[in-house]
Amino acid sequence: MTINPSGWRPEMGAAEAATSATWTGNRALMLEEPLIFEIAGTDTTGVDFEQFLPELARGGGSREATGGGVSPLHPSTTASGSGLPPRDKLGEDRLAGLQRSAPIGLPGLSEPEAVRHYTRLSRQNYAIDLGLFPLGSCTMKHNPRLNEKVARLPGFADLHPLAPVDTVQGALEVIHQLGHWLVILCGMHSVAMSPKAGAHGELCGILAIRAALEAKGEGHRKTILVPESAHGTNPATAAFAGYTAGTIAVTPDGRVDLAALEARLGPDVAGVMITNPNTCGLFERDMKAISDAVHAAGGYVYCDGANFNAIVGRVRPGDLGVDAMHINLHKTFSTPHGGGGPGSGPVVFSEALSPFAPLPFVEKTADGAFRLVEEETVAYGHSDSFGRMTAFHGQMGMFTRALAYILSHGADGLRQVSGDAVLNANYLLRRLEDLLDAPFAASGPCMHEALFSDKGFAEGISTLDVAKALIDEGFHPMTVYFPLVVHGAMLVEPTETESKATLDQFVGAMRHVAERARAGDESLRSCPVEAPRRRLDETRAARQPQLVWRDRELK
Amino acid sequence: MRYLPLTDTDRSAMLEVIGVSSIEDLFTDVPEAARRSGPIADLPGHASEMAVERHMATLAAKNLAAGAAPFFLGAGAYRHHVPASVDHLIQRGEFLTSYTPYQPEIAQGMLQVLFEFQTQVAGLYGCEVANASMYDGSTACWEAVSMARRITRRDKAVLSSGLHPHYASVVRTMARFTADEVSYALPSLSPETDLETLAAAIGEDTSCVVVQYPDILGRIDDLAPLAEAAHARGALLVVVVTEPVALGAMRSPGEMGSDIVVGEGQALGVGLQFGGPYLGLFATREKFVRQMPGRLCGETVDAEGKRGFVLTLSTREQHIRREKATSNICTNSGLCALAFSIHMTLLGEKGLRALAQVNHANACAAAERLTRVPGVELVTPRFFNEFTLRLPCETRPVVRALAERGVLAGVSLGRLYPDGEGRENGLVVAVTETVTPEDVEVYASAIEEVLA
Amino acid sequence: MTRYFTAEHEWIDADGDTATVGITDHAQSQLGDIVFIEVPKPGVVLAKGGEAAVVESVKAASDVYSPIGGTVTEGNTAIEDDPALVNADAEGAGWFFKLTIADTGELDGLMDEAAYRDFVDSLA
Repeated sequence: MTINPSGWRPEMGAAEAATSATWTGNRALMLEEPLIFEIAGTDTTGVDFEQFLPELARGGGSREATGGGVSPLHPSTTASGSGLPPRDKLGEDRLAGLQRSAPIGLPGLSEPEAVRHYTRLSRQNYAIDLGLFPLGSCTMKHNPRLNEKVARLPGFADLHPLAPVDTVQGALEVIHQLGHWLVILCGMHSVAMSPKAGAHGELCGILAIRAALEAKGEGHRKTILVPESAHGTNPATAAFAGYTAGTIAVTPDGRVDLAALEARLGPDVAGVMITNPNTCGLFERDMKAISDAVHAAGGYVYCDGANFNAIVGRVRPGDLGVDAMHINLHKTFSTPHGGGGPGSGPVVFSEALSPFAPLPFVEKTADGAFRLVEEETVAYGHSDSFGRMTAFHGQMGMFTRALAYILSHGADGLRQVSGDAVLNANYLLRRLEDLLDAPFAASGPCMHEALFSDKGFAEGISTLDVAKALIDEGFHPMTVYFPLVVHGAMLVEPTETESKATLDQFVGAMRHVAERARAGDESLRSCPVEAPRRRLDETRAARQPQLVWRDRELK
Repeated sequence: MRYLPLTDTDRSAMLEVIGVSSIEDLFTDVPEAARRSGPIADLPGHASEMAVERHMATLAAKNLAAGAAPFFLGAGAYRHHVPASVDHLIQRGEFLTSYTPYQPEIAQGMLQVLFEFQTQVAGLYGCEVANASMYDGSTACWEAVSMARRITRRDKAVLSSGLHPHYASVVRTMARFTADEVSYALPSLSPETDLETLAAAIGEDTSCVVVQYPDILGRIDDLAPLAEAAHARGALLVVVVTEPVALGAMRSPGEMGSDIVVGEGQALGVGLQFGGPYLGLFATREKFVRQMPGRLCGETVDAEGKRGFVLTLSTREQHIRREKATSNICTNSGLCALAFSIHMTLLGEKGLRALAQVNHANACAAAERLTRVPGVELVTPRFFNEFTLRLPCETRPVVRALAERGVLAGVSLGRLYPDGEGRENGLVVAVTETVTPEDVEVYASAIEEVLA
Repeated sequence: MTRYFTAEHEWIDADGDTATVGITDHAQSQLGDIVFIEVPKPGVVLAKGGEAAVVESVKAASDVYSPIGGTVTEGNTAIEDDPALVNADAEGAGWFFKLTIADTGELDGLMDEAAYRDFVDSLA
């Protein structure tokens, strides 16, 4: 068996059972908050409705508000009871006898209670708005509030995707403009805007490659090569698309082994998936040579664009021979992470892959109007599209946000973004490399993220312990145990929206914790001690999964 | 640049610490040929906040917002009233700008929300467990078919003709690459669904049968017999719900024997947003939990014995399982799930029932009024808040003519099914609590005029 | 009865033409708390080095390979019900499956206890 390649083994650390100093269990502004199922019943609601009786459609009668206190199951007296069935009986015959008979068991709260519940919960969450979030490969940059404002304009937010195209020209123009920016920034030929997230975009790119090969009669190519340092999404995507993932070795200086790759290429290889800059935070110097070799062998090059923040505005993936690259709008282009999503993953394509891009997409006609190419128009010049990846057109709410961000920065601003992102990461690297082992620090600068290992920690102290200690210091931990090629990996990406003062504070905290780790300070194993919760029992959560509130009545 | 805090003094100091003379030196690994010497050409430079706002507002003004006209579109995306506090709460920075809760000690807020959300979705759908959301209903539908394949080890999926055509298209696109065999026929413009043909089509090699409830034309069926037919042959019943409010009035798919229930949650909390971001809901039986895609939040305790929540069963996911993962999905629809959950909490059981009842009553009234217009026929006598009309001519031009008169009249079946065969005379009309009697009257007069 | 070890951290007790297979104590300590296990069903035919079982901890999923070829006679469902048993007693009650050996010659080349211990030390 291959045992636990990342070395990640959660351990609970020591703690006594909590005894509260207060009656409520609260600690001043740190407030405990029960589940809605524990504080709310099924009898309360925080919403009021109007109901228009059918007679109003005939032009008469009165309007009634149904307040929260009226049960829909009990007809109340109406002013005009002109032989109509009671309110709850209206249209009953139209439900085919499928009326719900049993209660669902959903709790409801009045507005003040709901606002308090969610406000209290929000305060138990770390966020970019609170502090540095140095998560490697996640690009946790500031989420501008202008983005939120424009996304909420009714002319964008209150549009139905299937509204007549003439009534939504401005929306189609947003998609077109953003797509244009992405194509030019990347030096590519076209863009598919519909993928819903990075992994979805990755799938889009690989499926386009497969469609292109099948169209050429090369469908027998069954292998996609992926570096051993790749994120798990890459081989998962390749497998999903029907390929076997083969591994390419990584050299001691952290890059793809070009010679090994060239030796492996052959008529069975459909393509490669390369992250550039790679997951060790380094630029793949041989990228053009890799692309040339893959193309010569009849394959295509997919580039994982997760780390685009390091090179945006300075390097165009198209110049490096890339055929398809997904872009994470929620990373490089500042759309909010929202506690885990939604994302958006448009994919830029080379000329070779463009004909196979999925539907739908936006086109500008000769007279300047915008049209939406959906299934029906596919015959008119888009018959090679590999199909549709999602209902409707893509993450419009993210397009408006990303476009506002891009327009705000412009070409010069975006160049400054990657410059500052790389500057910040190198600053952290140099200020920490004497205390934390940085396997690639000697070989030159890093890109937008710096990679450290757990070498030098005392016996019994792990990367996990260091991460948890950082929580007590008021920071979200960096990415841990990724990439797999480095033991106890710690991948630090500050982004360009951090001030020097914040970086200096982070360096101070990191040095303090690293010193404790090297000295074998056992108390690290019980961290965090200051957070709303101590370490959580993940073993128990996995052995006895409890995914819904237990006392809920099942229907 | 207003989002870049570093000053030139900072930069100089930092470069000195690093030991290089300029930021350019940090890019030495990039081959000269690939390094742009200046800002990329053909793109404008930076712009002030005011200028960007003006630019975006101009683009927004070119669109006819749903709230600015009588509005009757549905077909997989529904306009409901979202209480004002929902949008304020999701804009709290601790929610908006937080990340996936991988460090649970400082993410109990989001984790508890996800646990509450999973419970609400499972309850609404009538299932034992639900996940922490998918991208949207259509990709959730595909993932359900994929999951059915893993569970039954069969590769033939039968799709109802009543399934949203975009959803069917996604399933068929993906099936091309996973070698699932998918059977799917287009719907007929009639009051009857294809329920019986579906049951007959289930064989010993069928992994699942997929139906939508209510379907694309708004029709509704008792799915219990179909569940029995599927189970009798070892296949799974997958039910797709694009309008969750329907379940405030109608029996849940879980109650009727569905094995996997998926759908779109956009109707609650999220808004129309021109098609995205939306919210995929995914629920199933507890025994299938390890085959579920997507994130899962579970209850546990911390080292002091206090209750807390964590992401769990992570070994299904791609960052660990790599090529053997249950899916390649990484992101969920976190903020949309939060919005849905807040809206559901504000509604509660009582409010959801009332909301559903108002929707249904309004739709019945609208159907009654519209069918009094000469030439307008009601195709679907049984529906929840969405029904199909037949007009004496193609409906796409009618929809456009009505839009010019300031009425957003519904979705033409000709747009959803461009190959004719009678469907082009069909018009799908959705009526929610946001529709007033005045709206209905304006619509009726306008369509009477257009048809004359 | 002799116990052999593989470089993949499986152990095998061979007794005539029947064998019992499990994972080593070193393996379970590297995995951490085990949360889920799948053992093969009786009748399944395994090849030497073929995937036989799955073991998952909170943050890792690993395949267990069969040290030799044969036909499974019994899978230890006790560890499916209580994965913690493998953490507690990997080299005893935490056995994974029993099989009828196809070719006892395949045992050649496997390590004995001392060799395995040296092998584990060399990994550190």
